[in-house]
Amino acid sequence: MNTVSALGTDVSSQSRSMQLALAALLGLFVVGFLGFSHMDVVHNAAHDYRHSMAFPCH
Amino acid sequence: MSIFRNVVFIAAISGLLAGVVLAALQTYATVPLILKAETYENAGGGHEHAAAPVAGTEATAPAAGAETTAAQTAAPAEEEAWAPADGAERFAYSALANIVSGIAFGLILVAVSEFAGGIANWRQGVFWGFAGFAVFTLAPGLGLPPELPAMPAADLGARQIWWTLTVVATAAGLALIAFKQSLPLAILGVVLIVAPHIVGAPQPESHESPIPADLHHSFVVAVTITNLVFWVVLGAVAGYVRNRFMSEPAPSLNGRLA
Repeated sequence: MNTVSALGTDVSSQSRSMQLALAALLGLFVVGFLGFSHMDVVHNAAHDYRHSMAFPCH
Repeated sequence: MSIFRNVVFIAAISGLLAGVVLAALQTYATVPLILKAETYENAGGGHEHAAAPVAGTEATAPAAGAETTAAQTAAPAEEEAWAPADGAERFAYSALANIVSGIAFGLILVAVSEFAGGIANWRQGVFWGFAGFAVFTLAPGLGLPPELPAMPAADLGARQIWWTLTVVATAAGLALIAFKQSLPLAILGVVLIVAPHIVGAPQPESHESPIPADLHHSFVVAVTITNLVFWVVLGAVAGYVRNRFMSEPAPSLNGRLA
C-alpha cells in the first residue's frame, strides 16, 4: 500500500474499509459468543467473566 | 490484507495485556463477591433451577403438563452440562475468557479508531478507552446494573436485546458528537445516547433479592472500576503500539480530540 498510484487510490481505500470492517466484525462475533451464547458449556466456562463484565447472565 | 493483519497485531498485543490486567483485578475485586453471592444462592435452594420440581408437583392441567415435560427435558441437560471445577480450573477459564475478550474488544476499538484516522499515541488511546468504557460498561450498566448470582432479573433475551441496542445507540451517539462538526448531528447524538434510558431496561417483576444490598453495591462499584481500568489500558497500549504497525501515521491532534 506504499506504492498506491493515483488511479489505485479509490480501490485501496475501499479495500482498507473492507479490512477494517472485517476486523470489527470478528471482534463483535467473539464478544457476542463469549458474552451472549446460550450454550451451557460456554455459560459455565465464562460465568465469572460474564458477571464481572456486567453482561446479562442467567 | 496487510491492514487487517496489522489491526489483529495491535489488538492482540493490547488485548492480551489488558485482559491479563483485568483477570488479575477480577480475582481480587469481583470474583470473591460472586462466590459470596453463590452461598446465598445455594442457601435459598437455587434460583431458576428450582422451577423444575415445583412444576412437577403442580402437573394437573394439560397445559401445565406440557410445561412439565419441557422443564424435565431441560433440567437434566442443565445438570449434565460441563462446568469448570472450583479453584484453579475455574480461574483459568475466567482468565482465558478475559484475554480472548480483551483481544476481541481490541479488534473493535482499533478497527473503529482506524476509520477515524488511527490512534496517534497512548494519551489519545486513553480517551478512546474512555469511549469504549462509556459504550460497553457505563451506558448498559445504568439500566442493567451488574448482577450477582441469585439476583432477580427480567427475561434474559429481552435484557440481551436492550443491552445490544444501548451499546449501538451510545456508540453511534458518541461518534456523531466527536466526528461530525455539526450542531444538529451533535444533538441527534445526545438523543441517541439518552433514548435507551427513556425506553428503559427490562426489569424483574420484583426486586426482592436474597443478596444483601451492600454486597450488590460493592459488586457494582468493583465491576465498573475494573472495567474502567481495562478500557484505559486497552486504549493506551493500542495507541502506544499503533504507529509501529501502521505505515500511515495517525495525525497528531496536538491535544484536540477531533
